[in-house]
Amino acid sequence: MLSVKNLIDTNSLTADDITQILDTAKSFDPIVNNRVIKKVPALRGRTIVNLFLEPSTRTKSSFELAEKRLSADSLSMGGSTSSVVKGESLADTIQTIDAMNVDMFVCRARLAGTPQRISENTDAVVINAGDGKHQHPTQAILDLYTIREEFGHLDGLKVAIVGDLAHSRVCGSLTPALKTMGAEVVLVGPPTFQVDDPSWFGCPQTADFDSVIEDVDVVYMLRVQLERMEGAAIPSRREYNRLYGLDERREQMMKPGAVVCHPGPMNRGMEINTEVADSARSRILKQVNAGVLTRMAEMYLLLGGENNGISA
Amino acid sequence: MAQQPKATIMDKASMGRALTRIAHEIIERNEGSTDIALVGIIRRGEVLACLLANEIEAIDKVRPKLGTLDISFYRDDVTRTIAPVLHATNIPFDINGANIVLVDDVLYTGRTVRAALDALMDYGRPRCVQLAVMVDRGHRELPIRADYVGKNVPSSHEEDVRVYIEPDDDRTTVEIWDVAQEQGATKEAGGVQ
Repeated sequence: MLSVKNLIDTNSLTADDITQILDTAKSFDPIVNNRVIKKVPALRGRTIVNLFLEPSTRTKSSFELAEKRLSADSLSMGGSTSSVVKGESLADTIQTIDAMNVDMFVCRARLAGTPQRISENTDAVVINAGDGKHQHPTQAILDLYTIREEFGHLDGLKVAIVGDLAHSRVCGSLTPALKTMGAEVVLVGPPTFQVDDPSWFGCPQTADFDSVIEDVDVVYMLRVQLERMEGAAIPSRREYNRLYGLDERREQMMKPGAVVCHPGPMNRGMEINTEVADSARSRILKQVNAGVLTRMAEMYLLLGGENNGISA
Repeated sequence: MAQQPKATIMDKASMGRALTRIAHEIIERNEGSTDIALVGIIRRGEVLACLLANEIEAIDKVRPKLGTLDISFYRDDVTRTIAPVLHATNIPFDINGANIVLVDDVLYTGRTVRAALDALMDYGRPRCVQLAVMVDRGHRELPIRADYVGKNVPSSHEEDVRVYIEPDDDRTTVEIWDVAQEQGATKEAGGVQ
């Protein structure tokens, strides 16, 4: 059992919680990756609503696949097709769906705090699938899984998180999760993208990528949200690539055995160059595979708490 | 105060004799051991399947194929208990067309075996599935029976029948415990059924 009822952020998770999720995910690996019948009846009869109020392809399909592999019944609703666009308030939408007696909400939203609001309006379990600039906890867990598979452990590893630190919910979730598991984190980004609080989770922050790259086990490249370029936070694509992009020159500076991660979708030629994204160091596709396993584990553990009246 | 079992119904020697007899019965029923695969249900069933494989090899000079089955995700009571500790299923052979002998420690309601059959069928289509258990304690809730039984033990619902096997445990015995005594003690010890 996890110590939390909902998965809203990674700050609330203990090292025990995270280890339990990663171990459970590992036991789903042979089922999903080696078997002809890639599903188990663990969540048979449970109903899960995927409420995606912001566009998402990979997170949404990863959740949908995880739900199918656990035999849950699921329903996906998007922002443009829901009554939210007709002016219904979020609380009303949630209470309406809740009245249909669902067991879990998986929510992606543009506004930070939306999953928290949902959890206050329902008895169902809530999983945050990314809310604004706040958090994206299931991304952080799949990253930890990928890294632990690579090195066998998380404690003592050095991880550089590079890019738009201040606006990234991936960074917001991954940093506390890595710290909880005993890893060291160094944040790299242009001054306009650095976090305001220099003591944030006790992580050193720098604008000099080259000064840290030889020293780390994992280089975690954040996606540059191109929509932000209009605000002139970044002068140009080429300059960003030269100063903060992961190119072949920097890839060759990395330690032997060090790996590259990216949450996707990638802007090739901007934060990461094609030669590196497709290199032997890249674990980007492993991350995608880990996404299904870890989301299965999160849903299984969060819904495995009390009697729901199912019996065979 | 140290907890005491109500009774010890099998010791190491009698469990060994039961395994030898079951090994003979499996070979006789399947006309040899070449086509047999033993699949132990985690955790005590896994240990018993391994011991049974040793017995069969000693008698017939052929070691049967050996696999383990984790039924955590197939249980019908997952949502009533805390999420179980997970072990991985390992079936290193093709299950299609195989003669499977499922091995478990205690046969009680039959729900564990039901879950194991469901799990097994998701790996393929065996030619047949037989069931071997160390103890049959009755009280079936499903139409399931064992093909090979170490010992039939009449028991009440107020009792637990537990199988302990070295080296996982500190002794090799089958014991009956009072459930009333169990309250407040840890639930992990022994193959509680």
